[in-house]
Amino acid sequence: MLAKNGANVLEVHNLKTRFHTHDGTLHAVNGVSFELKEGELLGIVGESGCGKSVTVMSLLKLIPIPPGEIVDGRAFFHGRDLIAMSANEIRHVRGHQIGFIFQDPMTSLNPVMTIGQQIMEPIRAHLGKSRDEARDDAIRLLGMIGIPMAEARLDDYPHQFSGGMRQRVMIAIALSCIPQVLIADEPTTALDVTIQAQIIDLIKQLRRELGMSIIWITHDLGIVAGIADRVIVMYGGYIVEQAPVKELYANPKHPYTQGLLGSLPRLEERMAERLTNIKGQPPNLFSEPTSCPFAPRCPYVFERCLEENPALWPISSNHKVACWLEIKE
Amino acid sequence: MTNNDGVLLKVENLKKYFPIMRGLIRRKVGDIKAVDGISFDVYKGETLGLVGESGCGKSTTGRVILQLYPVTSGKIIFKGKDLAKLDSEALRKLRPMMQMIFQDPHASLNPRMTVGSIISEPIIEHGVLRGRKLQKRVEELLELVGLSPTHASRYPHEFSGGQRQRIGIARALALNPEFIVCDEPIAALDVSIQAQVVNLLEDLQAEFGLTYLFISHDLSMIRHISQRVAVMYLGRIVELGSRKNVYEDPLHPYTQALLSAVPTPDPVIEERRNRIILKGDVPSPANPPLGCPFHTRCPLAVDLCRQEVPAWRELRPRHWVACHLAE
Repeated sequence: MLAKNGANVLEVHNLKTRFHTHDGTLHAVNGVSFELKEGELLGIVGESGCGKSVTVMSLLKLIPIPPGEIVDGRAFFHGRDLIAMSANEIRHVRGHQIGFIFQDPMTSLNPVMTIGQQIMEPIRAHLGKSRDEARDDAIRLLGMIGIPMAEARLDDYPHQFSGGMRQRVMIAIALSCIPQVLIADEPTTALDVTIQAQIIDLIKQLRRELGMSIIWITHDLGIVAGIADRVIVMYGGYIVEQAPVKELYANPKHPYTQGLLGSLPRLEERMAERLTNIKGQPPNLFSEPTSCPFAPRCPYVFERCLEENPALWPISSNHKVACWLEIKE
Repeated sequence: MTNNDGVLLKVENLKKYFPIMRGLIRRKVGDIKAVDGISFDVYKGETLGLVGESGCGKSTTGRVILQLYPVTSGKIIFKGKDLAKLDSEALRKLRPMMQMIFQDPHASLNPRMTVGSIISEPIIEHGVLRGRKLQKRVEELLELVGLSPTHASRYPHEFSGGQRQRIGIARALALNPEFIVCDEPIAALDVSIQAQVVNLLEDLQAEFGLTYLFISHDLSMIRHISQRVAVMYLGRIVELGSRKNVYEDPLHPYTQALLSAVPTPDPVIEERRNRIILKGDVPSPANPPLGCPFHTRCPLAVDLCRQEVPAWRELRPRHWVACHLAE
């Protein structure tokens, strides 16, 4: 793994995103800060509704405003604050310096454009290349991501591709302008396990070739274990734990991380072990949390947890956890 | 458990084809061979895991066994009777003994019915209980699946995904079945909730001696819950054996590739792993390849595989495989 101690490519400070809905204000992201280093693969894990997707969507202003609102926060990319950028400025960053792969390859491609047009669009818009140059680039990209007979398939429409192939096309679009940062939001969730293995293998290989930084969002702790350098665990719109991948799995500190790891059956588990489950339900985000968001489900809960929400606390140089059990003042 | 007397369900050479219709007069132009000749037994009290990727026919298998789809050919012998040959009234009498838990807890509960009426519907339909006794039974079932009796008057939308799946389980248990087809019951749930539902299914099995056919694409979960495992690919079972045999000594190259593709939540193991990456996609079941259905993606395929369908062989004691090369 490329665990370079490089410079920070992206620095996010205190990001807060809310959604104003008919049922009230949804506190989706509640003050999230993290950094992405050069050449690093950062995994963000958590269950549905924990705010992992909204966090990265907010960075690129991909959330609908309204009902969404970025209440607070800054995100520095090459010294410029993405949050403060105008719609026009951010458009030059999106798809050019920061590429994005979405979860669902069925709905994120335009069904009435050929895949060639869709790959050429960012190349022509951001790099100003001519139609012929862009076409050559697109053929090269399709070859690179492993689509056979690239030239012939350029004029096909998305419905003529299988799910795995469509996700490869999405990757080609995201990489078309050779971005410095690639954000992959559950890129393999909709795919079968053998196709998932193909896509993960492809992204690992492209990462070696192009050396970009990657943020990989997933609910699957197995995938993160195999690809990430560093992992962020999110719960209820907060980062609850953050550590290098081996440290996190060997030494999980937050009761939520421990619970998640315990609730997974493993291929190498001893037979007939019972899964430890996390009791209760994920948090309701309609009220602003004043206590630890995990307190209602936590097996170790005590008074302090209900009175005050713990902040992320460094327990070693690279391992942070937001839990009163670990905070030594 | 492994003698012949213990067989609760015997499936023999089961086929289910869906016709492909084209044109103005809906002419039949071909078949989707969703299930293409599979045979297996389910023993009383066991959990048989049926695993495979999307489109391999695992859900169709579950639905055909319960006669939610009529069979194309083959036998489904449940308690000595061939379900495929029964008329609808005889089948209705057997229904209480075999139930289903569906994948999608949002789509499988009627949004206009209260939880109480959802759970009591099968009981009323089969005329088992009425009035106060029925109400008591519903309360008992709700408590059994970890919900509260007061939930009976609420509607499905008031519940989370995990709770809805519990309602589906209570409905399946309402008639004291012996056999339950669990069709991806946890696929739509979050990880922490999946463990809750799986533990509940295991508890209920221990308490009532239930027999499960557990259908899933999740190999780790199948290994956790099943005693025996059948692996499906393109409408056929390619390997069947005890969980230990299938996971520790997989004989079919597809099983081997599938197992090697599953990510493990342990970075140290992941670092050392050598993956078998299969090339290409699953062929269409409307036009399955000649010979072995897996030969188009198999890293070991030879000429024989392209020409002849491999026989279903008991290569090790109680461990079957359909592969020319396995030995």
